[in-house]
Amino acid sequence: MLGLNKKDTSLLLIVAGLALFAPFLLNPFPADSGLAQFNAGYPDLMQRFVIFGIFAIGFNILFGLTGYLSFGHAAFLGVGSYCVVWMYKLVDYNVIWGLPLAIVVSALFSLLIGFVSLRRSGIYFSILTLAFAQMSFNLAYSVLTPITNGETGLQVYSNDPQVLLGATEPNAPHLFGIVMNQSKTLSMGAWEFTFNNGYYFCAVILMVVFYLAIRIFRSPFGMMLRAVKTNQTRMNYTGLSPRPYTLAAFVISGMYAGLAGGLMAAMDPLAGAERMQWTASGEVVLMTILGGAGTLLGPVLGAGFIKYFENIFSKINDGVLHSWFSFLPDGMENLLVGIVHPFVGKGWHLTLGLLFMAVVIFLPGGLMEGGERLKKRFSKTPEVKDPEHRPEDKPHVAE
Amino acid sequence: MGILEVKGVGKRFGGLQALGDVNLSVEENSVHAIIGPNGAGKSTLLNCLVGKLIPDTGSVMFEGQSVLGRKPHEINQMGISRVFQTPEIFGDLSVLENVLIPCFAKRDGSFRMHAFESVSREGEMVDKAMAMLEDVNMADKKDMNSASMSRGDKRRLEMAMCLVQEPKLLLLDEPTAGMARADTNNTIDLLKEINEKRAITMAIIEHDMHVVFSLAERITVLAQGTPLVEDTPENIKGHPKVREAYLGESA
Ligand SMILES: Nc1ncnc2c1ncn2[C@@H]1O[C@H](COP(=O)(O)OP(=O)(O)OP(=O)(O)O)[C@@H](O)[C@H]1O
Ligand SMILES: [Mg+2]
Repeated sequence: MLGLNKKDTSLLLIVAGLALFAPFLLNPFPADSGLAQFNAGYPDLMQRFVIFGIFAIGFNILFGLTGYLSFGHAAFLGVGSYCVVWMYKLVDYNVIWGLPLAIVVSALFSLLIGFVSLRRSGIYFSILTLAFAQMSFNLAYSVLTPITNGETGLQVYSNDPQVLLGATEPNAPHLFGIVMNQSKTLSMGAWEFTFNNGYYFCAVILMVVFYLAIRIFRSPFGMMLRAVKTNQTRMNYTGLSPRPYTLAAFVISGMYAGLAGGLMAAMDPLAGAERMQWTASGEVVLMTILGGAGTLLGPVLGAGFIKYFENIFSKINDGVLHSWFSFLPDGMENLLVGIVHPFVGKGWHLTLGLLFMAVVIFLPGGLMEGGERLKKRFSKTPEVKDPEHRPEDKPHVAE
Repeated sequence: MGILEVKGVGKRFGGLQALGDVNLSVEENSVHAIIGPNGAGKSTLLNCLVGKLIPDTGSVMFEGQSVLGRKPHEINQMGISRVFQTPEIFGDLSVLENVLIPCFAKRDGSFRMHAFESVSREGEMVDKAMAMLEDVNMADKKDMNSASMSRGDKRRLEMAMCLVQEPKLLLLDEPTAGMARADTNNTIDLLKEINEKRAITMAIIEHDMHVVFSLAERITVLAQGTPLVEDTPENIKGHPKVREAYLGESA
């Protein structure tokens, strides 16, 4: 289907299925039960799953395939958001103007940053991208205030031109009249499911960009990107210049980031400089590694995983902890609450750090590797040893 | 005029004159061996031919065009392929993919986007790569991860990657280093066949005299960065200067 083989088609269908039924899948607990706090099926969070999924898919095309670790992709995220909000201000609230612009501008921006940064590789490349992103952040925060509205953030004011704004047009981001922040709620007994326009808009885009990522992975271009990661010397002596390949990958991932940033502004018509901060760049690195760099599905899983736990853990405050441990004697209760306290609520990043360490140490291939291992354990197929396996010959003395 | 003309090439590393004044002419369709003791400058000379090093003096002409100042990938596109002293392959990729990459490089040049075509649908390229793997008896290993292969197999794979590009000149830096005797003999046969059937000129650096005398039509002996003699294998064997500088030392 669509030029994909059977395996990739089923992968695409799985992602499509998950995205389509997410409002059900993420709300397994009845709305009034104690477990409802573990539900994730509300619009704001589902939108974040998908948007960060798009961000991570794009990042993985650069990092997963070529091995170039950028610490500056948040800059493109911010650029995308600013583009969309500017189009709200100048044209109208239809997201159809801003999103293509977000992709184009972030492509140009990443072409510039990539061109300079890719003169170096390894840690120097990472530092260069980080420096560029921090520069962008500072520009957005203070120097370019007329464009970015500085620390207040860019938003739409009633005296903005909005030249195409019609009299009956909704006063919030929409796509040809479909308003992003509107939802329909379906009640089935104790359960409640929310279907949000914005979420489904993002989900459709996720499917498209996931499909494009599969095509890139299976293309000669994708193969070349993996060759860059493996052996640039051999590439050079095979008549291939690695730089244009890495630059192309950098620009593509920058466009994905710009799109993701644009979608953030499409869900909520705001853009702020903090979106460009290095912590946001670090987050997408974590998502990609946690899920499994270089795999197709991994980054999406990583994005969902981090955003879900961020949401759950950061909601747990001392009150919730006390109610959990209330069956214990008072002293014990206070002790346990004291121990758990630093890991939840505002301290949830501590938990994320520990989780991340555990994954890197025990599952270097991320969640995808964990899945593979489970599959192997349950299918119990005996490992086929290569019959021609021979030990490595001794190295030649002259080397 | 040979296909490759090296004139007065010198290269200095700090205080060490690695190459003095090297003149070398490789005839089209011949096999030219470069021998010499360790540290004689053989690999350095080769690096000067492929753009990895830029010589301090002299000129290197390939088919009448200078290679100096060109980048390695541009020199490869001119028709010079190279086998390394330790095999350089794409370790994370499968054997078939390793051979596909040079196929694409040959067809598409140093960069082409083709991001939405599918590798598996490039039938012509896959066929070409498979035919090459058949030629080096590795077709059954096409899906193997290339990093996990034996050193002899890696060497054969690297050779296949070079040959599939149909280079005009193939440079080999100790192609049989670290190989078992049987593998060495296979390699000799393979190289002979390449030279005869595919009409590929070869310049080969080698320590193993058995390989040198089985293949080479001309031999240049390099010692301390300068060519001592250049002659046919028969004349080299008995040459007193060579015995002194090279065979004598290794004996
Ligand atoms: N990049 C470099 N920087 C400094 N010195 C170098 C460099 N490359 C080679 N040399 C020196 O130049 C001399 C010639 O080295 P080269 O590798 O060309 O020898 P070789 O003939 O290939 O030897 P072998 O048979 O051991 O491979 C050696 O003394 C080596 O140490
Ligand atoms: Mg050498």
